[in-house]
Amino acid sequence: MDIATAHAQPKTRVALTINGHRHDLEIHPWVTLLDLLRGPMQLNGTKKGCDHGQCGACTVLIDGERINSCLKLAVTLDGTNVTTIEGLGTPDEMHPVQKAFVEHDAYQCGYCTPGQICSAVALLREGYARSREEIREMMSGNLCRCGAYTNIADAIQDVMEQEVKVGMREAAE
Amino acid sequence: MRPFSYTRAETLGDAMAALAANPTARVLAGGTNLIDLMKYDVERPAAIVDINRLPLKEIEELPDGGLRIGALVSNAALAYHPAVTERYPLLASAILAGASPQLRNAATTGGNLLQRTRCYYFYDPSTPCNKREPGSGCGAIGGVNRIHAILGASEHCIATHPSDMCVALAALAAIVEVEGPDGRRDIPFADFHRLPGDHPERDNTMRQGEIITAVRLECNHFARHHSYLKLRDRLSYAFALVSVAAALDVKDGMIVDIRVALGGVAHKPWRDSLAEAEFAGQPATEETFAALADRLLAGAEGQGDNDFKIPMARKAIVRALKQAAAGTPQVQSDKRIR
Repeated sequence: MDIATAHAQPKTRVALTINGHRHDLEIHPWVTLLDLLRGPMQLNGTKKGCDHGQCGACTVLIDGERINSCLKLAVTLDGTNVTTIEGLGTPDEMHPVQKAFVEHDAYQCGYCTPGQICSAVALLREGYARSREEIREMMSGNLCRCGAYTNIADAIQDVMEQEVKVGMREAAE
Repeated sequence: MRPFSYTRAETLGDAMAALAANPTARVLAGGTNLIDLMKYDVERPAAIVDINRLPLKEIEELPDGGLRIGALVSNAALAYHPAVTERYPLLASAILAGASPQLRNAATTGGNLLQRTRCYYFYDPSTPCNKREPGSGCGAIGGVNRIHAILGASEHCIATHPSDMCVALAALAAIVEVEGPDGRRDIPFADFHRLPGDHPERDNTMRQGEIITAVRLECNHFARHHSYLKLRDRLSYAFALVSVAAALDVKDGMIVDIRVALGGVAHKPWRDSLAEAEFAGQPATEETFAALADRLLAGAEGQGDNDFKIPMARKAIVRALKQAAAGTPQVQSDKRIR
């Protein structure tokens, strides 16, 4: 099938809430969530690394769960809530994980960072990782070719410990 | 990715009708393997049937103490479900040994069973592969075959099944429930995946138009003595070179029931229940485990690059059974093998 024929193929309706805004879209079924975000949605924070679910740079949250957006066809996500790095915080009002990444210098080139942060936010919400060892294991789906892993683990551990302190304070009150 | 037509099925009937209308259509669930293969131009479906809306996301308790896992239950939901962590910890452990948290959130139970091999030749359409293109030959035989099969291979294919979850399901003797044009049927796990033989293009024994609806687990006595030991080139997020799902039912130091399934070594999760049965009544000792390992690997054959897998599998079987007997299963976050 040539490109013109492909473009003439029928589109499918899909309603997605992206970072709190509802979008009613008509798209071709072969468009991945990643390409929808970076193309028509112009949300370029989410990065395309390997495009094969191996590097985690495209990690976003669907209904709060982290997934590789490169391996999801957007048409299969009708009715879901998508959160990208742009929906987590702003430069003036950063998400605690974003703040921790800045404080701990948890990046070098920054290309994997949006995926790392989305993944870390989900990891904290999941609540299965309790030790540094478990943080490292449960961040294994996010590669960093600069090798900032030590500082990434530091940043996540820092937020986790702050959350534990807040939880203990709230429990005491 | 090549263009394709798309059907969003609302019911199982919709999905089966869409498959009947187009025999070359492929079912899409989590997509973690199929979409990847479509990007590599290995899978080229003209039609996709999206089954994600089907009501197959429940984990049900069965009256006999077993569990019925809907085909669309995600790998993560299954691994962390209390009934699984308490009664089938071997399954939970095997799932957490595989892939990454992102992939486990998307990948489904049915899809895990249907994932294709990660043989490099299968993934590369510029090379011959009897599984991808029947009759074209096998690039791995006489080629680079470090990750390939040591058991049950054929002259046409030496690929391995890549799943961790399926290795545990084989050890637990799960039942696969499928539904198709001829109605529902149960497939015992041992009969679900095939050996390559003359038809490596067929991974399993499902018939045209069938869809996996659930995987059923029987009540079992392995919650105390089990271990999933996975050996791989890096400690996380890599496919197994060799993996072992070991489960024991022990009474007064003697084996009542012993299960060993191997991953990374054959075209299907490798299990020999006849060999296992011979070891019932024997003491749960290293000597017994070594004898069983020798028995399981008696027919093992290397392809050159993967010769190391034979001694590695032997040691892994013994170690996993020792871990199971001691009640100290391999921990999947702490990679140290004790």
